[in-house]
Amino acid sequence: MSCKFCVFSTLPLLFVLTTAAIATDDIHVVPGPNAAEELQEALITAEPGSTISLAEGTFNLSDGLSLDVPDVTVRGAGMGRTVLSFGDQKAGGEGFLITSDNITLEDFAVLNARGDGIKSKGADQISYRRIRVEWTGGPNEKNGAYGIYPVESKNVLVEDSVVRGASDAGIYVGQSENIVVRNSTAEYNVAGIEIENSKFADVYGNTVTRNTGGILVFDLPNLPVMGGHSVRVFKNRVIDNDTPNFAPEGNIVGMVAKGTGIMVMANRNVHVFDNVLKNNGTVHVLIATYPNEFDDDNYVPHPRGVLVRDNTYGEGGAEPDGEVGKIISDVTGKPVPDIVWDGVVPLTEWLSWTAAEDRIYINETDGTTFANLLMIQNTLYPWSTSPDRDIADYAGALPEPKEVALPQLQGQ
Amino acid sequence: MIVRALLATALWLTALSHAWADTVDDAALMASKPARMLSEYGLFIDLRNQVPNVGVLPYDLVTPLFTDYASKLRFVYVPGGKSARYSQREVFEFPVGTVLIKTFAYPSHLDRPDEQIRLIETRLLIRQENGWKAWPYVWNEEMTDARLKIAGKRMSISFARADGSQLDIDYAVPNANQCKGCHALNGEITPVGPNARNLNRDYDYGGAVKNQIKMWSDLELLKNAPDASELQRATDWSDRNEPIDERARSYLDVNCAHCHRKEGPASNSGLFLTAWEEDRTAWGYRKRPVAAGRGSGGLDFDIEPGNAERSILLYRMRSSDPAIMMPELGRSLVHEEAVEMLAEWINGLN
Repeated sequence: MSCKFCVFSTLPLLFVLTTAAIATDDIHVVPGPNAAEELQEALITAEPGSTISLAEGTFNLSDGLSLDVPDVTVRGAGMGRTVLSFGDQKAGGEGFLITSDNITLEDFAVLNARGDGIKSKGADQISYRRIRVEWTGGPNEKNGAYGIYPVESKNVLVEDSVVRGASDAGIYVGQSENIVVRNSTAEYNVAGIEIENSKFADVYGNTVTRNTGGILVFDLPNLPVMGGHSVRVFKNRVIDNDTPNFAPEGNIVGMVAKGTGIMVMANRNVHVFDNVLKNNGTVHVLIATYPNEFDDDNYVPHPRGVLVRDNTYGEGGAEPDGEVGKIISDVTGKPVPDIVWDGVVPLTEWLSWTAAEDRIYINETDGTTFANLLMIQNTLYPWSTSPDRDIADYAGALPEPKEVALPQLQGQ
Repeated sequence: MIVRALLATALWLTALSHAWADTVDDAALMASKPARMLSEYGLFIDLRNQVPNVGVLPYDLVTPLFTDYASKLRFVYVPGGKSARYSQREVFEFPVGTVLIKTFAYPSHLDRPDEQIRLIETRLLIRQENGWKAWPYVWNEEMTDARLKIAGKRMSISFARADGSQLDIDYAVPNANQCKGCHALNGEITPVGPNARNLNRDYDYGGAVKNQIKMWSDLELLKNAPDASELQRATDWSDRNEPIDERARSYLDVNCAHCHRKEGPASNSGLFLTAWEEDRTAWGYRKRPVAAGRGSGGLDFDIEPGNAERSILLYRMRSSDPAIMMPELGRSLVHEEAVEMLAEWINGLN
């Protein structure tokens, strides 16, 4: 008798405990008339350690979403099934803003945000996995600037994701460190993937196509974080980048010529290898100095320590586009060589020499074409300067940065 | 003897805290979950008429943040026996238990600010043990109380401007995260307004006019403040008698620098608009945009000296498109009077 009593009394208690545990660890949000408020409230009241599940369907949102609780997973039912639609967005610089650490975003789509798609700022350990960010009307200067946009962040992972239509860069990692961007697709953006003012980045296994420019590794002046370095760009497919530049005027990517494959501007210790580059009409690989005037004593505008090796080159350089395309092809003629360096070095180095670790190195199979535009000489004595096409002079090696290890990938 | 003295002190402190607790509910303020209704905190004797309770002091700023022409009623509450620490440059360091209260309201006609006032929302910044908490409360139609709206709210509001034209706006009450969009330093929620420069002005305390810093010091809400005569003062941006350079920098400081500073949410832009920023590229002078997207409007510089029309700063202040407008939050209208003043400033730069 007493024993039965025990069983009956503990059963409801167990039940209560179990449901309570589910309630704190997992929050389900379903599309519907109040979904926007429910979702934002869930993002604010979530406890660290919890998962917010988004059901299949379309969430119509008129304000940007934001998450500031650490250690949270936001998971949809698939990048084709769960859609956060911002077509009617009235405010917010981005669709979804993340400002906390240890966040995983998985399996949903952000469509037609007025500004940037998903931005994570100052976040340590941020993972974007199977995320789609898209502007569904195709390339348009009214589209938002960046699709997936981690900035001032540490330990950034972007994988198996898709970005289309960004009027600046599809996947843009800025002022960050420890970065992996892999196995993702960037298409119909101005820049497919951009790593800017960042250090320790691995960009690999991506398909970057139908953008204006494929993959950009840039360093810009007058920013709190400068001196980008140690970037590896490898095993990417950078093909058919042929969308006319649709960046709003005044943006630095506005200068990127249609049909630029991989471009390294400023930066140090950048390794470009094992990529497939095809049908990029201006140039497959461009290594360049920051072209604008600047007022910043701490900024180095020249690329240093760049190694380009073992890439596969298809057709390209036949239709150099825009101002940059013209500057290059005026010097090299058409088709533009596979790899072009503007040859601009600091004046002191131009008058003497460049240290071994700061030079530009090219190790490619026979038949790969190259030009050093020798732009300083070209500007000083245009009548007697022709580009240096002797690729063999640039053979050499640079110590490669270590593989980027991310804490969120440990144990996988 | 010592024990006795300690006991006496303890009793006195207890009595004091009880005297305050009868008015403002400190326990409600310190609870981990925010109260559902504004009335639960006991911050006001008369909610509808915004009559503050004992210990809750109204204040005003020299140059306020623009929020779609809303009137703002500001109050500070510091628990009895505690005081804020003075800082020359930053917002004062307020003790645990402090509440900064800001009620947003619209008169039906901007020209008659004291008539037919509709209370919209009251935002609380509460200093708890583990930092500041930001909670928005939205007023009911009858203006009897305001309810917590963690996820924010959109409201239709109409009022008449000084020129008689009617304005209908889609007012946005920010959610708790959006509060942090402006109120953040180094990733932590921080008050924006009550610093020495911006508080250094007279206030009418029901007939007794007194400098606010002096009043706060006299009430021991504030410690270590120098004499009012030694204090710096923010420039009232709307005061035409002040130098245009100071009016402009003061406006930008209050309206932009909470984000646009090295420790703020817009640090990645490299555009730093604090009143004390001396690196002219950093405050925008011939500074190129970084990640502005459409916000650059095809223009080359944040501030192109001598050419307001070619300056991104004004382009973004004139826009109401979410992808372009600055500030990103807190307004749906253009602050035309300020835009005009800033244009005059930029056109005069060389």
